[in-house]
Amino acid sequence: MTSFLRPRPALTSLAWPLAALALLVLFNLLFTPGFFNIELRDARLFGTPIDILNHASKVAIVAVGMTLVIATGGVDLSVGAVVAIAGAIAAMLATRTQAPFPLVVLAALAAGGVAGLCNGVLVTRLRLQPIVATLVLMVAGRGVAQLITDGLIITFEHRELSSLANTSFALLPIPAWIAIALALATGLLTRRTAAGMFLEAVGDNDRACRYAGVNDRAIKLAAYAFCGGCAGLAGLVECSYIKAADANNAGLFLELDVILAVVIGGTSLSGGRFSISGSLAGAVLIQTLTKTMYMHDVSADVAPLPKAIAVLAVCVLQSPVVKDRVSAAFSRGRP
Amino acid sequence: MPRGNVVDDLVSEPSPLLRVSALSKRYGRVAALDAVDLDVSRASIHALMGENGAGKSTLIKCLTGAVSRDSGRFQLDGRDLDPTSPRDAEGAGISTVFQEINLIPHMSIAENITLGRESFRAGLIDRKAARRRAEGAIARLGLSIDVSREVSSCSIAIQQLVAIARALDVQARLLILDEPTSSLDRTETARLFETLRRLRDAGLAVLFVTHFLDQVYAVADQITVLRDAKHVATRATSAFPRLELVSAMLGRAILPSSTSVNAGPEQQSPSLATKPSTNPSQAVSSPSGSPPFTDGSSAAPPPESRPEPSPRPTRDLLSLRAVSLAGSIEHADLSIAPGEAVGLAGLLGSGRTELAKVIFGLDRADSGSMSLDGQPYSPRSPRDAIARGVALTPENRKADGIVPSLSVRENILLALQARLGVWRSLSTRRRRDIAADLIAKLGVKAASADAPIASLSGGNQQKALLARWLATDPKLLILDEPTRGIDVGAKQAIERLIASLISGGLGVLFISSELPEIVRTCTRACVLRDRRTVAEVAGPSLTEERVMEAIATHD
Amino acid sequence: MIRVARRYVPILTTLALVVATFVAGSLAYPNFASAGVVRNLLVDNAFLAVAAVGATFVILSGAIDLSVGSVMAFTSILIARLIEHHAVHPLAAIALSLLAGAVFGLAQGLIIDLFKLPPFLVTLAGMFFARGAAFLIHPQSIGIKHPFVANVLNDQLSLRLPFGERGVSIPITVDIAIVTIALAAVVLRSTRFGRSVHAVGDDESSALLMGLNIRATRLGVFTLSGLCSALAGIVFTLYQQSGDPAACKGFELDAIAAVVIGGTLLRGGIGSVLGTALGVLLLGLIQTIITFQGDLSSWWTRIAVGLLVLAFVALQGQLSKRDE
Repeated sequence: MTSFLRPRPALTSLAWPLAALALLVLFNLLFTPGFFNIELRDARLFGTPIDILNHASKVAIVAVGMTLVIATGGVDLSVGAVVAIAGAIAAMLATRTQAPFPLVVLAALAAGGVAGLCNGVLVTRLRLQPIVATLVLMVAGRGVAQLITDGLIITFEHRELSSLANTSFALLPIPAWIAIALALATGLLTRRTAAGMFLEAVGDNDRACRYAGVNDRAIKLAAYAFCGGCAGLAGLVECSYIKAADANNAGLFLELDVILAVVIGGTSLSGGRFSISGSLAGAVLIQTLTKTMYMHDVSADVAPLPKAIAVLAVCVLQSPVVKDRVSAAFSRGRP
Repeated sequence: MPRGNVVDDLVSEPSPLLRVSALSKRYGRVAALDAVDLDVSRASIHALMGENGAGKSTLIKCLTGAVSRDSGRFQLDGRDLDPTSPRDAEGAGISTVFQEINLIPHMSIAENITLGRESFRAGLIDRKAARRRAEGAIARLGLSIDVSREVSSCSIAIQQLVAIARALDVQARLLILDEPTSSLDRTETARLFETLRRLRDAGLAVLFVTHFLDQVYAVADQITVLRDAKHVATRATSAFPRLELVSAMLGRAILPSSTSVNAGPEQQSPSLATKPSTNPSQAVSSPSGSPPFTDGSSAAPPPESRPEPSPRPTRDLLSLRAVSLAGSIEHADLSIAPGEAVGLAGLLGSGRTELAKVIFGLDRADSGSMSLDGQPYSPRSPRDAIARGVALTPENRKADGIVPSLSVRENILLALQARLGVWRSLSTRRRRDIAADLIAKLGVKAASADAPIASLSGGNQQKALLARWLATDPKLLILDEPTRGIDVGAKQAIERLIASLISGGLGVLFISSELPEIVRTCTRACVLRDRRTVAEVAGPSLTEERVMEAIATHD
Repeated sequence: MIRVARRYVPILTTLALVVATFVAGSLAYPNFASAGVVRNLLVDNAFLAVAAVGATFVILSGAIDLSVGSVMAFTSILIARLIEHHAVHPLAAIALSLLAGAVFGLAQGLIIDLFKLPPFLVTLAGMFFARGAAFLIHPQSIGIKHPFVANVLNDQLSLRLPFGERGVSIPITVDIAIVTIALAAVVLRSTRFGRSVHAVGDDESSALLMGLNIRATRLGVFTLSGLCSALAGIVFTLYQQSGDPAACKGFELDAIAAVVIGGTLLRGGIGSVLGTALGVLLLGLIQTIITFQGDLSSWWTRIAVGLLVLAFVALQGQLSKRDE
């Protein structure tokens, strides 16, 4: 998959997150008893690695969209709020109406897409900085979600909706399949069409793109809308997982995990070259780290602390400053 | 005319104010400065000259501590100097005005002049004192501007002068000016030179980086020439004739007109190329070693002859009637026939680039009409323009042209792919073939087609941008300052390319501030003055003098 | 002259909005225009004001600090733990937590500067770090019952003003906020550091070539931001009379919103602390009106704040577009 999604830079961009992941796995192999216990029950695998995949899928789904936005030189801070909005809409449709399941799915995706489109319009038409433009929806979005649920936590017993994130297909949980399928489809879409090149070109120098006749605004708009759609999908998965829509806590701080996954995956925050496979690896890495800490009795509240250190360490190692030093040291070593 | 590292005549002075010895700096594998020596004496104006890439800017940056040097020694007044930042250098008495205007846009002129050197009263910044000081600094340049004005609201020329005022506001012993006149008009330049002379007479040493020959002869006492990261010559201006200076800078056969950049009638350039006997091979082949662009049988024209004015076709490719755009263009008429290169001449700010932007759909005209191929033409975006077969290489190659971290191939294919759209992606093989073909045809020198375009030299970047448009097979190509900041070899290659393109039926609008280039390349030139097209010079009468007359005439 | 006026358009708009909101509230609700309401407006927003002052410096310098809320929570639980579990004198605890905030800010600045990482990314990690550290100090909230806090800080040092029937007491937290704003205004306007903050935010490469010490400025800004976050945490602790590791989640967004609504350009270079103070007041007034209205749910506040931020960034976008 790697070589297919991103032939050249993939190896370099994947090297860091995969190395970190390997270290973590090694650590768990040695110090975490039962980490790799997987058992098969009711044609479904259970165990820590499966848990990690299941939880990482939510981050991964949003990270796929975020990768494209970051490639254009932007960032979307509102994905957490959009997850809450999409979850709220899905739960309301599932409980208050007789809407068929596909319609529920479609509505959640559409809500995310529209939210993303709003971000895109602010960025491309009002020429706002992406951090600012999406900050607006980040602040207001949760209010909108609460408006939809009237400030309540909406629980539901909708059969299809609640089974979405709680069943398996071919041994793996459905969310993991969704994430993989989404990454593959996006990889195909960007690399087999000219979209990937346009995204990278726009992120690198949007003025030059305009001069070359690339519709840079449309490219950016599409990236934000797609990212919103991904957040909508993640919202659906999240509310299905807990069988409820919680406007206050759904997707809370998700944007942080997602952005970190993308950055760890080798896509630069300044835009340009991107790697979807790298973002997937980043998402799995973050979730593995979180899970490892839980299994070593680090409370969920304290967990952010070592996570912050780990993330910072990866970012520092990837920073141009350190990379230059390392390559300088190597070239000095050679005669 | 390589002279090696000989510091010629004027080393008589016992101890110079500034002595640079054996300064070296490498960027990766490329040497930007190679054991360069330079002496600047007190109370003199010292010009530092060289082609782009000769190492002038790097020298300035090392000297001011903006860039750390690899090796070499600086001595100021006999004492060792090791600046680590511009501030450090300033403390030692070296004040610098960098090429890009370096001011804080949303601060007032007074704040900009006193920034970092404020005087305090009761521990707080004394605003009145700052104002007085700024007024004094501005007055010293013979200006009167309200110093409470925000810098961003001033013209570029005023900003340039404010930067100089700031540099002079400290007790500087050496003032470095890096291309200070690039945005000044003639009177402003004259006023600046007057100030420089006065400062010199008061004992200040000035290191003056420029590429305008006239200015050097007008103001400099001594000239140092760098070439290819090496010191070539240092001589008194009076002992450095124009021709020798140019050959020292170019180090190769001099094309007749390339010496007469901005030359007035009284400073006619020699009409014959001087071929230094030491280096005959370079004079024959294309100097940079890049093969000239040739299209079928049409050989590149020799530099001396310009393309024959072919009988003008009856139908225009592009025609503009009374086009105007508030604040940019007041009245422009222009026509270009297929297979014709039309020059657009005029001073900076005369509306050249602005007109190109209107034709390319970056700006929309307020009034007037345009037609392309006989059809009405009013593009709302570059995409509209490109769809009609119009292409433009922008003036600012770095900001508007290249996509730096993308490969040369991707940069070449960008416009073609944009025209095809997102879904109709070219196959990998087609991409490879198209790019390889154009790279070979235009002689783009790159490590590989996969190398990031930012790793190329300016000239090769420009060729790649031309390749980008040739891939789309345009009808009209607008070239806005296509040779700015590129070496002579690449310049010649681009001129040859234009010649072969027009012989293939392409219409070219050629914008350049170097008149010799327009004269060599075009069959006709349109002159813009004060945002209007004021003259058209065609055929045999297309000479530098005629164009300059048109630019300089006052109604 | 018109151009000079243009940069004051956002702050004048904020001022007009503050006045208009207050007048509208007074007209709509009988008890709105009272000393008590104004007092509560100040008391309830004192810690926001202090945090927003720090954010003003950071944003003016062209950066962003997302760790504000977490550092506030960290400070508050640190003080509470020191006072209640380790019998440290409140003043010593306060001094220690200020130091911790400053060191934390400096560390963030150093990482940003040394490794050339985007501030938004480093302070994002800082936000995680401080939040985790807060829970590491103590996982639950701790009430502060130390007599010095209750009697001296919260009672004796309050200012009693003869408004209304029973008079109005202004607690020390409001004084801290006002002094912080005043000090910050002077620093920004009349010290070399303040000018450097503007210059770095406006055009960093120019500032470098003009001989300013970019590194010192950036480190100073982040240290100051950490200090202000810690101070805001202290004000919050005094206000709540307790320390809570879970407090102030997402509070950095309110601080940033106040700064933006106060007319500071998010790109940096233009803005003022006075504007930020007005921005805080406007946010507080909106909250008050929604409370007065009663039937409006609290999430309307978030929507209103989001729309206000949008309106202001759009206004500034228009202004700077005309500049070009």
